[in-house]
Amino acid sequence: MSPATRSRPVPDATLIESSQQLSTWATLRRGLELSPELRKGIGVTVMLALISTLGRVVVPFVVQQTTDRGIMAASGPDIGLVLRLVLLAGCGVVLTAVTSYFVNVRLFRASESGLATLRIKAFRHIHDLSMLTQNTERRGSLVSRVTSDVDTISMFVQFGGLMLIVSLGQLTLATVLMVIYSPLLAAVVWLCFVPLFFLIRRFQGIVGRAFTQVRERVGELLGAVSESVVGAATIRAYGVEDRTATRIDTAIENHRRASVSAQIKAVAAFTSGQLVSGLTTAVIVVIGTVLAVHGQMTLGELLAFLFLVQLFTQPVQTATEILNEMQNAVAGWRRVIAVIDTPADVADPADQGQSLPRGPITVVFEGVGFAYPGGDPVLHEIDLRIAPRSRIAIVGATGSGKTTLAKLLTRLMDPTVGSVQIDGVDLRAVRFSSLRSRVVLVPQEGFLFDTTLLDNIRFGKPVATDDDVRLALTELGLDDWLAGLPQGLRTDVGQRGESLSAGERQLVALARAYLADPDLLVLDEATSAVDPATEVRVQRALDSLSRGRTSITIAHRLSTAEAADEVIVVDKGRIVERGPHRDLEGAGGVYAALHASWVAQQQGA
Amino acid sequence: MASAPSPTLRRGLRVVGHGIREQPRWFALAVLGSSVYGVMTVATATVIGKVVREVVGPAITARHVSADQLWYAGLLLSAVTLVNIAGIVVRRIAAGITFNNLAALYRRRVTRQYLRLPLSWHHRHPSGQLLSNANADVEATWQVFQPLPMALGVIVMLTVATVQMFLVDPVLAAIGLLVFPMLFVANLAFQRRMSPLVTTSQQLRAEVSEVAHESFEAALIVKSMGREDHEGARFTHVTDRLKNANIEVGRTRGLFDPAIEGIPTLGTLAVLAVGTARVASGQLTAAEVVQIAYLFSLLSFPVRALGWVLAELPRTVVGWGRVDAVLQAKGVMQYGDRALVHDGASRVQADQASYSYDVSREDGTVTKTSPAVRSVNLDVLAGGTTALVGPTGSGKSTLASLVLRLIDPDSGLVRLDGVNLRDVVQGGVPEVGSLVAQQTFLFDDTVRGNVTLGAPASDDEVWHALRISQADGFVAALPQGLDTRVGERGASLSGGQRQRIALARAVIRNPQLLVLDDATSAVDPSVEQAILAGLRELGSSEVGNSADHSPGTTVLVVAYRMATIALADDVVYMENGRVVDHAPHQQLLERCTGYARLVTAYAREAAERAAVLADEDHLDATGAGA
Repeated sequence: MSPATRSRPVPDATLIESSQQLSTWATLRRGLELSPELRKGIGVTVMLALISTLGRVVVPFVVQQTTDRGIMAASGPDIGLVLRLVLLAGCGVVLTAVTSYFVNVRLFRASESGLATLRIKAFRHIHDLSMLTQNTERRGSLVSRVTSDVDTISMFVQFGGLMLIVSLGQLTLATVLMVIYSPLLAAVVWLCFVPLFFLIRRFQGIVGRAFTQVRERVGELLGAVSESVVGAATIRAYGVEDRTATRIDTAIENHRRASVSAQIKAVAAFTSGQLVSGLTTAVIVVIGTVLAVHGQMTLGELLAFLFLVQLFTQPVQTATEILNEMQNAVAGWRRVIAVIDTPADVADPADQGQSLPRGPITVVFEGVGFAYPGGDPVLHEIDLRIAPRSRIAIVGATGSGKTTLAKLLTRLMDPTVGSVQIDGVDLRAVRFSSLRSRVVLVPQEGFLFDTTLLDNIRFGKPVATDDDVRLALTELGLDDWLAGLPQGLRTDVGQRGESLSAGERQLVALARAYLADPDLLVLDEATSAVDPATEVRVQRALDSLSRGRTSITIAHRLSTAEAADEVIVVDKGRIVERGPHRDLEGAGGVYAALHASWVAQQQGA
Repeated sequence: MASAPSPTLRRGLRVVGHGIREQPRWFALAVLGSSVYGVMTVATATVIGKVVREVVGPAITARHVSADQLWYAGLLLSAVTLVNIAGIVVRRIAAGITFNNLAALYRRRVTRQYLRLPLSWHHRHPSGQLLSNANADVEATWQVFQPLPMALGVIVMLTVATVQMFLVDPVLAAIGLLVFPMLFVANLAFQRRMSPLVTTSQQLRAEVSEVAHESFEAALIVKSMGREDHEGARFTHVTDRLKNANIEVGRTRGLFDPAIEGIPTLGTLAVLAVGTARVASGQLTAAEVVQIAYLFSLLSFPVRALGWVLAELPRTVVGWGRVDAVLQAKGVMQYGDRALVHDGASRVQADQASYSYDVSREDGTVTKTSPAVRSVNLDVLAGGTTALVGPTGSGKSTLASLVLRLIDPDSGLVRLDGVNLRDVVQGGVPEVGSLVAQQTFLFDDTVRGNVTLGAPASDDEVWHALRISQADGFVAALPQGLDTRVGERGASLSGGQRQRIALARAVIRNPQLLVLDDATSAVDPSVEQAILAGLRELGSSEVGNSADHSPGTTVLVVAYRMATIALADDVVYMENGRVVDHAPHQQLLERCTGYARLVTAYAREAAERAAVLADEDHLDATGAGA
């Protein structure tokens, strides 16, 4: 991205739509749509879950029945009845255990499959998003959308979702049983809990905001810690260890404070449930006693009712915690859905597109203009025809629009107006599979993967053998360099290729593109850190072995321009001159000035 | 079931011991709160039994209840609840503080270690891994302190409950004695089965994150080479493995969860059955049976806290392993007690210095690369500008790092003004020498902060440094000038702008030794010329120099461009890690073929092309004439 656009705010069009607030319900619906596995067999799972709840409820019911009619029976303890009931409850326990097992297994299988699908969809879509959209987000934030965000969903789906259903079932059942025993006491219980429901809603807001704060502090913490890692060399070179330590300590302390404060708020919210439960028991004992004294209940019924209160309060507490967790899960789900639902504005036409035959390629720009979203135009009315088999150099000052041109050419971006065509077909109508095999860009920072040299070079052509790769390096004149590496092609390049020097990384990136063998190769400052002799050698190899290939080179070093069939000079977003070096050199224009300064540098003025 | 504690349990408990020693007060408070909670939970059942026996029962029999009695019952029950809640609140808050304090403490220790350990250690460790050590791993280690106090409270609870049951009825208590150990054994078995599964799943989760991170960082390459499907397949592969591991976790949990939940319930039922028999035979009252049954039902939920702690332990052990590896890392750079003289430009010498990079392989072993610098001898005289020239990968950057002691040579030594760098006091080298690296690093700070790095400097000094590095123009145009924040790694600036701010950072220190490692690669040639001209004047500049210091800077510059080389008094030519020759440019050009080939590459290329073109012209001309 050009420096001018980086500092400018990017409008919504290219942003991942995290601001788009789907309602909770819509989020869940869309989430289920994206992970069909979650719904598969859900009926059976819920049924099993309800059976297991039934088994769970049978126990307190039996306890209560045993107490009421067995132990405290007017005619003395009825051992037979108690044994029968206990046996029944035992069956309930076993039934619960068995069905719970199946529920758990089914739930894990469905949710893990569904969420794996979601992860993969999101991952794949992030790669489909246009480069501009990708650049609006920090890489770390994109990663969290396919990792921790999905994890919060899985926690909810596996435990929360089902527990919520079970809890609601239990709540209903407990209420029904309570009403049967004593409608009055049942009403009292509900009355005691009503203020709690309101309180919880208030608390949820407070706790939610506190945890949002914590998440922000985590971001700052990670930023500060990463400086001590990524900036290790700079920190040592300038002896600023203490200053960095102070910065990190501040971030750590801020995060600690925010976490403790959030936790205190959460404790206040959740213990309120336990408080209400305890106090409700006290109220029930008091009112129950009065009722019993007036002959409206037996002691057994009152004690039984106390068990029912337990049966009632437990799911209430569980449900409130789950509802809170659900807010987290829905927020995570929303973030993942936002990625998947962000349109890929530079999209693959796929089956509607054309596949073009390989071979010499003609490039045409027709009235092309480009502006970064929300920015001023950086390219104006570019009309250009690049003949097959030609070597083109694009030159111009920093910020003149060269890189933008390269990105339009390789369809990393689409022009705002006009069209870019290869072999007479608009790029937007060319299938990516065809386009990417014909046109390859080598950027200045050629990212290397943490694997061997071999795998990095054949990234674009995995079927290539060791010999193919070795041949490519030989053709590029890099065999000496390869010979100097102790493990040759098996050399590990380290994370981001950091075991190699910056220049070597560029050579690998170049070899990678060369091996992919496109019809059009676009080099954007691809050899800026390579020494002159190697650069000349590589460039010559690219030219002489081009096999009908067109190459377009953007470089500060004008040696490539001298060698090119044609030089295209870009200034302030327009093509101001074009022609062979020989013609432009003496024309007294922009190129002549650039070249003069280059020559002066070469001679060490 | 085997009774020997598993290694995970043992090691996990040892880590817990560490944590307790670090935060004894908060932890003690949490356990105290939890004990209150444990005792009070049992007391709830007792009090209900008491109220039923003393108030409710008699009242029903008497068909009368007084207001006093009702108040007594209500307040007693409320009081128990309130004390219980107080215990819970203290437990949760103190546990939270213990955990957060421990996490903060270890984050500080880990990051201190990052700052202390040598650069060679950093080279061996992927930055993603170090980030997760300081964040996720620290958290995983101490997370166990959240459920731990509750679990200890539960043990108190079980003890009190057992005593209580014995007081009521030894026979029913025996059921408890049967059930509680069963619970413990079940939890232990669960933890044993789970521990390897959870470890695997945790590793795979990290792998998923690594693949995603690398793939998104490579997004431009993936896109421009059309490898999206290939990346998708790579991600799918590791995601599927995570999925299968998690399903396995679910299966184990599915097996144990209902069992652990069912055991106390079966206990309750046993109490009822046996209790009824005992009531029938007149050995117990109905209320006592109800009390114990109620007790069992109260216990069934909290005892699961034991399971939570055991389930946390594998994470604790794995997390601690990673955190401890950082804390125990050896090879901290040793410093001596010698000061470097501050009297003008420094002389740089290297004596048989060699250096190889460490590379950590997939399997965790560390190997050395072939030497990046081999037995280098060097003597750069004070006050001049020396260009460091050599083919790609010849060891220039490594040598640049050696002379400022970012790394120590594996063998041989480097001297600054005659002092072995290993003997210099801590902070001594950065005081006299500055490096502008090939890859610019900016802090998430203001422009001013990035230039001064906290050292006192006036606005004029900052602007002067920015002017020399040709950054004054764009900085002045920034919305808040010097106080504009540059964002994470300077994200709001272009590459060339970042390089120029990094340059100003070196310039403002007025160093005796300035090392530029291809530090202007992202800058336009004309701007670069201006910078180099400014640097040449740096030596004679007065800013920042007091009168008793003779001014002067030794400049060591990694260069390809002739213009840069032409500014140098001397050139050091490297090839394949060795210094091949060291002389002024003109001499090298004449006697060193490698050097001549390198620096004249463009010119020869141009000349050859001119010759070819001339031939073609000639042919064209003759062709036309024929």
